[in-house]
Amino acid sequence: MSTAISAENITFQYEPQEGKLAVPVFEDLSLSIEAGSFVAVLGHNGSGKSTLAKHFNAILLPQGGSVAVFGMDTADEDLLLDVRRTVGMVFQNPDNQIVSNVVEEDVAFAPENLGVAPPEIRARVDDALRQVGMYEFREHAPHLLSGGQKQRIAIAGVIAMRPKCIVLDEPTAMLDPQGRQEVLSTISALCREHGITVVLITHHMTEAALADRVVVMAEGRIIADGTPREVFSQPERLSAVGLCAPQTVELLYALDQAGCGLPLDALSVEECADAIYRCFSR
Amino acid sequence: MLKDVTLGQYFPGDTVVHRLDPRTKLILVIVYIVALFCAKSYVSYAVVAAFLILCMCLSRIRLRVIVKGLKPLLLIIVLTGLLNMFYTPGRELVHFWIFTITWEGLRNAVFMISRIVMLIFGTFLLTYTTSPIALTDAMELLMSPLKRIKVPVHELSMMMCIALRFIPTLISETDKIISAQKARGADFESGNLIRRAKALIPILVPLFISAFRRADELAVAMESRCYHGGKGRTRMKQLRMAGRDYLALAFGILLLAAVIVLRKLGL
Repeated sequence: MSTAISAENITFQYEPQEGKLAVPVFEDLSLSIEAGSFVAVLGHNGSGKSTLAKHFNAILLPQGGSVAVFGMDTADEDLLLDVRRTVGMVFQNPDNQIVSNVVEEDVAFAPENLGVAPPEIRARVDDALRQVGMYEFREHAPHLLSGGQKQRIAIAGVIAMRPKCIVLDEPTAMLDPQGRQEVLSTISALCREHGITVVLITHHMTEAALADRVVVMAEGRIIADGTPREVFSQPERLSAVGLCAPQTVELLYALDQAGCGLPLDALSVEECADAIYRCFSR
Repeated sequence: MLKDVTLGQYFPGDTVVHRLDPRTKLILVIVYIVALFCAKSYVSYAVVAAFLILCMCLSRIRLRVIVKGLKPLLLIIVLTGLLNMFYTPGRELVHFWIFTITWEGLRNAVFMISRIVMLIFGTFLLTYTTSPIALTDAMELLMSPLKRIKVPVHELSMMMCIALRFIPTLISETDKIISAQKARGADFESGNLIRRAKALIPILVPLFISAFRRADELAVAMESRCYHGGKGRTRMKQLRMAGRDYLALAFGILLLAAVIVLRKLGL
């Protein structure tokens, strides 16, 4: 498989506030994401995960090292629009990314910016709205929709660009459980059915468990990287950076510590129950 | 409490007036206003009024809705009428104490009031039958020749579009802030005017801060969606002039011509 995003030895720090010392967000960070995969970047507030996300579509440029998306260097100004068209970005607050007061006009915003021909825009908008399941709402006013619906409109607004990769920066942080579920299943479908590379920035374990690969960040460094199974079966490592493993793993870990000798890689409740059952029927 | 604010209200519908190209409607309203200000006699006023009534009937907007829009402007209308009535010199009609009402004053007052009312009705008809987006689009297209003299036409219409989009968001935000401050014991309802004005500060400060934060996030989101100004931008919905648009424009020009001819004839 080819590489969708590759960050090589990147360094970044924000302008220091007056009287404060500049602290680098990350130094010498490298990460490579395969095309077509679903990657979750997990981390606590201030771990640098959002800053990293902003490097993926040239909102921020690395101060050292380089970021390339599908072979295009994000620092190259001539490629700026191509980079942004290839890597779409969805943010936390759906209210602050919707531009127009009609749903379909908002979804049309990105293709309009790209100068796509009007009939083609119409087709893309209809496609995008169907993909997120919001086609019936195309003539509604966004402020009358629920949070989950608004966030799906924001996702449609990005996929109308026909990107190869979507980066979502905590897209469910402001949503209720139902809205969160809607958004997550939309995201999974984009990756599984449409082959779009998905990078999900989150601090929810359960959301990260949906991904093929989990990258855990703390204080600007990558401290764990692997399948959800591999990463979550290291509860000590996760708790050292203030994250807790899924409850199933926590339970197995506690039993294991008590001397039961259990495997730690059960992510679903059924797997966990199975493991405990097998242990006690031995 | 802020839910009743209806700025740029639009009533969707499917009448001839709704279906007209927004550019046509915008030009028509301008022509109508010029005609209204050219009108000097009862006859010409009647002609303009007939045009307005025809448009109102075609749009099927209920008269009650349009009249309701006059309410906030009632004071201005009454004041204009009274000033015209008392301060126009001419043949005396009634005289009491220091006030004199003249025939000319009465005539002026009637003209002034009907001019203002018809002006308001005409512009209301435009906003009631045209969606805000269509209206900003029309403005951008009609003003596009001004781009040559470096007027930022696209930026202005984008600003208007975003402002309209954020009105409901900021209204509900204000509601939330008011509730939050009330919950902490803020008092907005008692005291004199100055005291009440001061009580607004704890609402305005958080509102401004959040508006700036929203603007910042929106700018990043827009850039992420490849926004780079008006250059090379296309539109999903192309505006197209149809036969009825040319007919409506011809009708508008006819109205203006009629009013000017009446004025020249001294009627």
